[in-house]
Amino acid sequence: MKKLIIIFAILYGTANASFAQKYLTRTGKVTMFSSTKLENFESFNNETSAVLDSKTGDAIVLVPIKSFKFESALMEEHFNENYLESDQYPKADFKGKITNISEVNFAKDGVYNVKASGKLTMHGVSNDINILGTVTVKGSAITAVSKFTINPNDYKIKIPKLMAGKVADQIEITVNCIMNQK
Amino acid sequence: MRLKSLLLSCLLFLGITHANAQSKKDTASISEENDLMSMLNADAPTTQNNFSTATFKTTRIGNSQSIENVAKGVLDFRISHRFGTLNQGAIDLFGLDMASMRFGLDYGISKRLMVGIGRSSYLKEYDGFIKFKLLRQTDDNKMPISISYCGDISAQTNKVTLPDYEVGNRIAYMNQLLIAKKFSPKVSFQIMPTHIHYNVVNTKKEPNDIIAVGVGGRVKITNRVSLTGEYFYQLNQLDNTTNSLTIGIDIETGGHVFQLIFTNSTGITERNVIGETTGKWSAGDIHFGFNISRVFTVVKPKGFENSRTKIW
Repeated sequence: MKKLIIIFAILYGTANASFAQKYLTRTGKVTMFSSTKLENFESFNNETSAVLDSKTGDAIVLVPIKSFKFESALMEEHFNENYLESDQYPKADFKGKITNISEVNFAKDGVYNVKASGKLTMHGVSNDINILGTVTVKGSAITAVSKFTINPNDYKIKIPKLMAGKVADQIEITVNCIMNQK
Repeated sequence: MRLKSLLLSCLLFLGITHANAQSKKDTASISEENDLMSMLNADAPTTQNNFSTATFKTTRIGNSQSIENVAKGVLDFRISHRFGTLNQGAIDLFGLDMASMRFGLDYGISKRLMVGIGRSSYLKEYDGFIKFKLLRQTDDNKMPISISYCGDISAQTNKVTLPDYEVGNRIAYMNQLLIAKKFSPKVSFQIMPTHIHYNVVNTKKEPNDIIAVGVGGRVKITNRVSLTGEYFYQLNQLDNTTNSLTIGIDIETGGHVFQLIFTNSTGITERNVIGETTGKWSAGDIHFGFNISRVFTVVKPKGFENSRTKIW
């Protein structure tokens, strides 16, 4: 009798878990690339956290600003001190939804095109963004990838006159998160 | 019978709770967001020690060393100028007709260790130093201060007429602790206990070893401009010397930092500034001067082998 109940409870538990599956990473990658005639620079962040609800499509991405690494140490300092002011605004985040989550079959390996929309907040400014990307399902892990551009002006990131022409208006952001079932 | 009824009630119960959970999730996506957020925060790795950065804009406050090092693999080419004194008057354009300069190369060997060499035109002095980070202040204030050690050796090689006064006699050594605290993004402070040893001094009653304590600080006015100051108080001193006071402004542009300063020291190296300053602010022996720093990334940091960054 007791055994039956226990078995039943376990069955119920696992069934429920597979129902609303969540995927999580703490080592997501975000790359930032600016290209102008005068100067190119690229910066990498490997400490991005992201979580995705496979049922509702809700997603949150947290990007610690100080984790962006630059080839030039001085540039990294200026990025933190003068541009993103990371003491005041330590994190950028995206809170939104994959709007066509139902088209992703998490039980079947494959590459699925997705659309996401939500709020991107950084440097204390929030903007609605719509982005395209892919979700690759492979076993119990998924890889979420997206590439889009942002304009520093939209986030009140001032580029001094002297640096105009060295920092692009459209900065390419690439997000690449390998997320595991949680 | 009892078994059946128990199972049934069990089923019912579970069914209800499940339905409840579903409806909650569907109606309130805000709570879902909170859910995800708490999940992100839940077993978040305790944030690694973030060391306080940019306590000062560059590796010097004005004349003296600051707690900052050049980053690993970075070469810093520095040019420092000190003009004559303002009280030289209009005939010398308030000192601008004269200039002493030092050019130097600093290099970051590791995250903690930097080395530098330099040559000053004043008394034809060669110097070399190492600076090592002993303690580093963290953002969470678990380590409330930064401490670095700076060791410096220098020799003056200008011609003197005295017999038997070789270069070896004109070497001085400096040991210095830099104790710094970044109080806020705008305000930093530094204390610098210093020991200088002169191999030979002018007269017998003068000390070969002098001890001084320096204080320095900076206040950021805007993101790219800050006000700096430093003062060295000598506990014992060579004859006719004064304490060095320097006030400056740091201005940073892309790859450069400009420091404009006013100081009563003519020399630019530590042994000179701290122990051999003769100018008096009160008498108008004030030198205008500037430091320019230009950094070059010599060794690419890890992970940038295939980056699309171009630096030339």
